[in-house]
Amino acid sequence: MSSNSLAVDKSGNLPSYLIDEGKRKGILAWLLSTDHKRIGIMYMIALLSFFAVGVTLGFLIRLELLTPQGTIVNPQAYNEFFTLHGVIMIFIVVVPAIPSIFGNFFLPIMLGAKDVAFPRLNLLSWYLYVVGSIMILLSIVLPGGAADTGWTFYIPYSVRTGTNMIFTLTAVFILGFSSILTGVNFLTTIHRLRAPGMGWFKMPLFAWSLYATGWIQVLATPIVGITLLLVIIERVFGVGLFDPTLGGDPILFQHMFWMYSHPAVYIIIVPAMGVISEIIPVFSRRTIFGYKFIAFSSIGIAVFGSLVWAHHMFAVGMSNNAEFVFSLLTFLVAIPSAIKVFNWTATLYKGSIELEPPMLYALAFIFLFSIGGLTGIIQGALNVDIYLTDTYFIVGHIHYVVFGGTGIGIFAALHYWLPKMFGRMYNKKVAKVAFWIIFVGFNILYFPFLILGWLGMPRRSYHYLPRFQVYHVIATVGSWILVLGLIIMFFNLLKSIRSGKVVTEKNIWGGESLEWQTQTPPITENFVDIPVVNEAPYEYKQNEEEFLEKEEVL
Amino acid sequence: MEENKVQHVHTPGYGIYFYVWLALITLTALTATVAGVNFGKLSIVVALIIAAVKSYLVLTEFMHLKFEMRAFRIFVIVAILFFTILIVLLFSDYSFY
Ligand SMILES: [Cu+2]
Repeated sequence: MSSNSLAVDKSGNLPSYLIDEGKRKGILAWLLSTDHKRIGIMYMIALLSFFAVGVTLGFLIRLELLTPQGTIVNPQAYNEFFTLHGVIMIFIVVVPAIPSIFGNFFLPIMLGAKDVAFPRLNLLSWYLYVVGSIMILLSIVLPGGAADTGWTFYIPYSVRTGTNMIFTLTAVFILGFSSILTGVNFLTTIHRLRAPGMGWFKMPLFAWSLYATGWIQVLATPIVGITLLLVIIERVFGVGLFDPTLGGDPILFQHMFWMYSHPAVYIIIVPAMGVISEIIPVFSRRTIFGYKFIAFSSIGIAVFGSLVWAHHMFAVGMSNNAEFVFSLLTFLVAIPSAIKVFNWTATLYKGSIELEPPMLYALAFIFLFSIGGLTGIIQGALNVDIYLTDTYFIVGHIHYVVFGGTGIGIFAALHYWLPKMFGRMYNKKVAKVAFWIIFVGFNILYFPFLILGWLGMPRRSYHYLPRFQVYHVIATVGSWILVLGLIIMFFNLLKSIRSGKVVTEKNIWGGESLEWQTQTPPITENFVDIPVVNEAPYEYKQNEEEFLEKEEVL
Repeated sequence: MEENKVQHVHTPGYGIYFYVWLALITLTALTATVAGVNFGKLSIVVALIIAAVKSYLVLTEFMHLKFEMRAFRIFVIVAILFFTILIVLLFSDYSFY
């Protein structure tokens, strides 16, 4: 390939970012690249590998729970499995996933910028991510074994357990820094690097969702960082911060942990909502309904979502005042989420809907996220929550929100943007088959959790009463179906990257945001000339054509 | 978008840093002294007020916030406000009476 990055090939295209290696060659052209697109791809490779580890652990947990008395592993290993599954899926997969893969790759392009505001900081954040993630994996093999406290690291377990706790806490601390740096980078990029003419309300909604997420990342992540540091100090020096026998307060740990970890739910879900807000108008060929409402509801979620953390603690004996305030705020935070769901369905109404794979995933997102959200509301009610605390209901709820929401959101984004990223199209038929297997498997796996919880099955339990077994068996069978669907989906996508049909058209799906006006795959600095924006997003040409046709008929 | 050419050329001189440092030392001494006096429920308020004055001095003078553009100041104010709200909500779970 030509070393001159402006050399034009036979078809008149410039070399894409995949070909143009810059100063360095081969693997170093990736590992030392500050190109936001290459960093996005590196995140994708790392993140999906860890996702595979997390899925394997989840699969093994389900296998273990096939019988009431222990099936494949001993209780200690089981505790380590569900802890690792949670830590990997939350801190390594869903928290960074959409911002760091698709945000990195598409945010600058959508804004009409050449890169993020701090490209080197971006690379540093990838390295921090990889170091933190590898430390989690190392904690499994090092003497002492993986943490066994659950992903919430509750006191006093996390102070007293003999496992590699400090190692795990440090790893999550480092992952937190990676997240903060990404947040700072995106906030600055959105403030400073929008193309000429792109006012705040001409930004795509994905950018708005990343803006809201950026604020939570920057403001809330330091709290969990300092909290984990305090647990390490407590373990090493026994200063009595959280240990009641030394005068500490274990509930204070829960407050500080959830001050981050509830907003983290919104770091997880808001970018996925951004993805859905991009996909829905494109595949219904309609301007999105209530653009400003969706944009502001992201900010609303960020603000209110930061003030509801103690709804995770209704059963620990908080003061009545606190319980009342936090229950009320929890109900309030449902409003901005519901606004989004209503606006998406209103966009669909009378649209000419095309059920392409990204759209199928987007519709599944709305359905599954609604179940997740509504089960959340149920637990926001004080009296019901006392009954449901620490049961499988919460496990079902979190999986509907985090997997049914963000996981499906990631799959939607993959099917929507992967052809743009690599210039190759996957097999759509296989993609649709995989979608249906995943969708069916998902519900067979997680819906019984809600029933189990309602019947009183406690979470994180190795043994259970025989009367619960039938639901556990159904769920385990569901996990097999789900994993089968995931394998087909990833195989199809990977195959498309290697040998899929080559796509060179700029606008693959007929979208209106700027990423569809660049070359496929994009060139190194995204645009030959920085575009000037003078249209609001989602102004559909299709609408105009229809409009003109109608006028002709009339 | 906004131009990136806003360069601040300012040399506040070392004098101000010395005075701020002196003020911080004095306030620290004050905190230590006041800790011996029993204000009852107000003692935490007094300690927080002194700490707030100190952080204000550090932020505006040492950290140059005085000379920065408005957006930066808004960022810092939002962060402090957020933190205050968190503390207030957290304290709704603690009884002081
Ligand atoms: Cu929560």
